[in-house]
Amino acid sequence: MTTKAAERRAVHGTGKDYWRRLGAEVRRDKWLYLLLLPGLIYFIVFKYLPMFGIVIAFENYVPYSGVLGSQWVGFKWFEYFFKFPAWTNYLSNTLILSLMNILLYFPAPIILALMLNEMLNLRYKKTLQTMLYVPHFISIVIVVSISFVMFGPSGIIYKLTQQLLGHPINYMGSPDTFRWMIIGQTIWKETGWGTIIFLAALTNVDTQLYEAAMVDGAGRLRRLWHITLPAIRSTIVLLLILRMGSVLDTGYDHLILMANPLNRKVSQTLDVFVYQQGIQQGQYSYASAIGLMKSIVSVTLVLGSNKIAHLLGEQGLY
Amino acid sequence: MKKKKSVESIVINGKDISKMKISSGPVGQNKTPGSIAFNIFNYTFVTLVAIITIIPFIYIVGASFATEYEIATRPMFLIPQDVTVNAYRYIFSSSKILRGFGNSLFITVCGTAINLFFTVTMAYALSKNRLRGRNFFLNMVIFSMFFSGGMIPGYIVVANILGLKNTYWSVLLPGAISAYNMMIVKNFFQGIPQELEESAAIDGCTDIGILLKIVLPLSLPVLATFGLFYAVGHWNAYFGSMIYMTGAKEKWPLQVLLRELIIMSNGTAGDLNNLDPEFVQPPEQSIKMAVIVVSTVPIMCVYPFLQKYFVKGVMVGALKG
Repeated sequence: MTTKAAERRAVHGTGKDYWRRLGAEVRRDKWLYLLLLPGLIYFIVFKYLPMFGIVIAFENYVPYSGVLGSQWVGFKWFEYFFKFPAWTNYLSNTLILSLMNILLYFPAPIILALMLNEMLNLRYKKTLQTMLYVPHFISIVIVVSISFVMFGPSGIIYKLTQQLLGHPINYMGSPDTFRWMIIGQTIWKETGWGTIIFLAALTNVDTQLYEAAMVDGAGRLRRLWHITLPAIRSTIVLLLILRMGSVLDTGYDHLILMANPLNRKVSQTLDVFVYQQGIQQGQYSYASAIGLMKSIVSVTLVLGSNKIAHLLGEQGLY
Repeated sequence: MKKKKSVESIVINGKDISKMKISSGPVGQNKTPGSIAFNIFNYTFVTLVAIITIIPFIYIVGASFATEYEIATRPMFLIPQDVTVNAYRYIFSSSKILRGFGNSLFITVCGTAINLFFTVTMAYALSKNRLRGRNFFLNMVIFSMFFSGGMIPGYIVVANILGLKNTYWSVLLPGAISAYNMMIVKNFFQGIPQELEESAAIDGCTDIGILLKIVLPLSLPVLATFGLFYAVGHWNAYFGSMIYMTGAKEKWPLQVLLRELIIMSNGTAGDLNNLDPEFVQPPEQSIKMAVIVVSTVPIMCVYPFLQKYFVKGVMVGALKG
């Protein structure tokens, strides 16, 4: 501590001297600080104020009394949630949807990127990529709307299944199809776009490796397995770690568009719960408590899976 | 033409990202039967995936020009037999949808302007090493990229503390800066030669003058790129308007109207009682399709630029990380 203070004295001068110099520098850069101000205010008001607002999870927050004036209730809302018999239902809906997402959606861009990478006709490949990236820029409302006009009762897919199977499938309103529709929409929207990060990683592969492998008589699949795939392994691990952190996030903006009373049983995830309790019913404290629990689990999972990645000899997140 | 030229090259971290190759495939494929079979399967599969990706759009555009009778009777078609513009006529005579379109446009234009102002000013200040407290401010930004207060505390700040409910500010301000974009712009500013700015400073220019007269003209391509990033985000956003503008339906953007018109009118929706009487009767299929088309067209207009720069943007992130 003392050495640090001494260092500071050496660089900036002592006591009064230090403050004088600081004042002079601030005055010199006054216009820069003025430019900094709008952004600074933004971060304080819209990022840091909500972070301190988490305290309402431990309060009985009433808008009229404000964050500071509301009654302190400790862990009441957390206990309240775990006493609520359906909480396991919310948790399992969340986990099943996340697990399906990791098993079915996560590998999709990797496979597609590997296949695109094997295409030597660059112009044709570029045309396909142009088509594949389109849905990423379309809003989720439009994606769900397109699903409704195609899979809904007067939609084309609905009628086709009716003709083929002899009976209709209620794609948009049944609990049996809900999860598949969500995953299907995600795959359709994001797979093409998701390939970019892997294709970028693949540009770093040394082409001499392929030539050497060919000389050694390795076929296409062997080269894919032994050269191409290892080249994107660290990218895959990195994305998987990040994905682990959001295992409790099911994306409320997507889910609340798809959720309805008919598929209630499976569409009620923790995100939907936070939205319904907090925004729709005004139970701010209760919803914040659930949100806070989710954040804590997320951070723990990211740190945990990063640790595992290190143990497995991967570079990981940091 | 001239405008196009200004977004031709983007240099970030010393690399001209607009000229980077997207991918290079594994070279040299031997002509063994296995390899040929692999090629056939590979090309067919990826082509099929691309067709599945694009065909809903073609179907929707086609059906939006079809008669209600044809949609109901013909099982499958991409190009309608009887072309009609009735659906579009209805849309452009519906004041509700037109106002929604106008609101979306307004939010996108104002929102993007606000985004660029906040992003550029903060990025420029933070790009200067000599700024006292710079590290503290940078860490403050980076920390906010990893931790957030969550949905409800954010909602309380906007709705209860600032009292912005039912105003356009509630959707314009909360996302005014994307920390990630701001950091990239900051890095770009740091790459601009110091000598240019120093000579202007000697001539008596203030920092704001240097930003306006020297730095901004040099960063037009970057501003165009991030302007597009932000604009697409605003055009596609619905959640903010949905939760903050519950009492101001006349300010709803197209995306929220779309949700009401197509998703909630389906009869399976949760809060039917909130539904507008005009929409209780499910609208005709072709009208739904036409609304989808109208709200997608602006994105399609900028898509060529989007593809070019967003791809590079993702790659810069990927290469840096």
